[in-house]
Amino acid sequence: MSDFFSNGWSVFVAAASIVSMLLCLVLLATAARRRVMSNDNTTGHVWDEDLQELNNPLPRWWMWLFIITVLFSFAYLALYPGAGSRAGTLGWSSAGQHQAEQDAARAAMQPVYARYASASAETLMQDPAAMGIGERLFVNNCAACHGSDAHGSKGFPNLTDADWLHGGDHATIIKTITEGRVGMMPPLAAVVGDAKDLSNVAQYVLSLSGAKHDAAAATAGQAKFAVCAGCHGADGKGNQAVGAPNLTDKIWLHGFGEEAILAMINHGKTNVMPAQAQRLTTEQIHVLGAYVMSLSRNAAPATP
Amino acid sequence: MNRPVIPIVPAPAGGDGNGENVWLYEKRTQIYPRSVKGWFAGWRWALVWLTQLVFYGTPWLTWNNRPAVLFNLEARRFYIFDLVLYPQDFIYLTALLIVCAYSLFLFTAVAGRLWCGFACPQTVYTEMFLWVERHIEGDRMARMKRDAGPRSFDLIWRKSAKHAAWLAIGLITGFTFVGYFTPIRTLGAEALSLGFGPWEWFWVLFYGFATYGNAGWLREQVCLYMCPYARFQSAMFDHDTMIVSYDPQRGEPRGSRPRSADPRALGKGDCIDCSLCVQVCPTGIDIRDGLQYACIGCAACIDVCDDVMDKMKYPRGLIRFATQNGLANRFDRKQTLRRVFRPRVLIYSAVLLLICGAFVTSLALRSPFRVDVVRDRGALARMVGEGLIENVYRLQVMNSTEAVQRFRVKVGGIDGATVTSRPDFEVGPAEARWLPVSVQISPETASKIGPGVHQLHFEIETVDSDGDKAEVKEKSTFVVPR
Repeated sequence: MSDFFSNGWSVFVAAASIVSMLLCLVLLATAARRRVMSNDNTTGHVWDEDLQELNNPLPRWWMWLFIITVLFSFAYLALYPGAGSRAGTLGWSSAGQHQAEQDAARAAMQPVYARYASASAETLMQDPAAMGIGERLFVNNCAACHGSDAHGSKGFPNLTDADWLHGGDHATIIKTITEGRVGMMPPLAAVVGDAKDLSNVAQYVLSLSGAKHDAAAATAGQAKFAVCAGCHGADGKGNQAVGAPNLTDKIWLHGFGEEAILAMINHGKTNVMPAQAQRLTTEQIHVLGAYVMSLSRNAAPATP
Repeated sequence: MNRPVIPIVPAPAGGDGNGENVWLYEKRTQIYPRSVKGWFAGWRWALVWLTQLVFYGTPWLTWNNRPAVLFNLEARRFYIFDLVLYPQDFIYLTALLIVCAYSLFLFTAVAGRLWCGFACPQTVYTEMFLWVERHIEGDRMARMKRDAGPRSFDLIWRKSAKHAAWLAIGLITGFTFVGYFTPIRTLGAEALSLGFGPWEWFWVLFYGFATYGNAGWLREQVCLYMCPYARFQSAMFDHDTMIVSYDPQRGEPRGSRPRSADPRALGKGDCIDCSLCVQVCPTGIDIRDGLQYACIGCAACIDVCDDVMDKMKYPRGLIRFATQNGLANRFDRKQTLRRVFRPRVLIYSAVLLLICGAFVTSLALRSPFRVDVVRDRGALARMVGEGLIENVYRLQVMNSTEAVQRFRVKVGGIDGATVTSRPDFEVGPAEARWLPVSVQISPETASKIGPGVHQLHFEIETVDSDGDKAEVKEKSTFVVPR
């Protein structure tokens, strides 16, 4: 009972419960008999000139029911928490029940996932039941960021294309889900140069994917791209080992256009995918990984 | 006016006027209803057969290779012959309950506690249990004599046999009840090996013992002390309601007389005070005291009194279904029946017909599937490629047939909006499936309709189903960001 600062409240609650239960019995004992003042089957009371109180006795088993309910309350208080902060002899708690139900659910799921644990991703993708499970896991755990259709959104990668920041094989996807990922682009404005240089580099980045750009500025920016090449590669095709995106495709995770590119160079960005190991079991992640792989199975190559 | 006064059953041992203590709880007096034959008893047995054939028989019926009626609580699908109902169809249960309530109002207004006397499970099971009791322990007199006598072998074996039979009926009833929720053939196989699941055990035993306890032990106590309906029913009576009534003008003064004597000459009414009407009463009242809350309208007293009247060669109907107005004003049968068509009854009937009509129509026109549209919770809207605006939705499509259905989804409400995810999909028999659906509009359309929330609707139609096409329209919104 951490809600109360003093143990006195707990004692008060326990005493109030027990005393009121006893009082129920006392009430029954005292009220079950009545002194009647007349012999015409009324209590002798008259109101409003002619309104009399009649004695229509209830059957005695009804009284026993009343007593049984009070006895039940005592048994309940002894077995379950309720008498102040006393835990009850059964040791029941809502947290314990929740845990027991979780364990039961996990045990029930065990045989379902056991079938899939050793299957390869290829096999799983052919299995509609496994993909159904994967879909539900995805909707419940991934869709909040990546969207129900897995197309993602600004800052949240699209999982249905063939473009992978960290790699799209089963083992890498499992690692991504289990451990999460941190994608970090440092602010590089100071290294790149002045505003003119920054604009030129942005134009060059636009030119990499064949988007509309200022050709002269792009050519001027090419030299400064050396700063970016460390991660994104000299050809701008990115590097999955450090999670650096490919800049030559038409996929713009953090926004399209010079303005969006400049924002990234000026301010950098740390983009986090949280680890799911605590929420999902290894077997679940195994199936979920195959489902995520299946999403981009029919996607056309993203590079132009 | 010679209207009977509503009496209050006196408690034993009152005070002597000088302030004596009395108990407000009294020992229950056992009632030994005498068996009765006749027109109304026949109707009660007909209803016992009808209701119990339906109750015990329905779970064994098969339809489409499954139980015809099955309430699968775990899967949340409710099968009633051709119908596959979802929890979302709760409205039908509501409608059914309203139909039940109005039927009750109507029947009660016209002819009193018909439900109590003929169709209520409490009455029906008590009737069955009484039949068992009568065949093992004999009728009223034999039972009373044996119960009052010493504890003999005869008494003990008869009581044991009776309770064993009652328990057997109770358990079969409990088993049948659970058979509405677990396929009864599976349940039967489980019963043979005593392999019920924990909930099945609980409900078979609970329902079984409730049947045994209610129909064997509690009987009229349920009607007198536990049933709320018994108490509010009198609010639905009026003076033109047909109730089981004793005709005091004809019957009084009561008294015995030789069969050959002319009662008028003796200054007596038609009631010979044989007390058979009290002996047959399942709640132990005397109908000659007039309308009382304990009367469940079973009409056993009518049957037995008509028999006596026949023997005495008096006309039948000293106790009969009559209205209070009819008795007071000496209406004949025709006059009484004419008053059935009073505004209260007509209004109840009209409302009942209306609801029944609406219920049947909406069931008949029910779409073979149901759709809910939920906007994706991840993002309001997003830009795709070069300036296209995309919104994502999740469609829950519930197939309420037992065949695979194929659907196509279209959008309307915004010109140029297109579904870019796969528009065709399949939903299995009685399956509910969530589907992500993406809808896009071009940058031109976006600038034309401007930023904000726009109305949009989905049209989901069945494809290639032979014959009639079904379509469901669901409203949603499309968001264009600033």
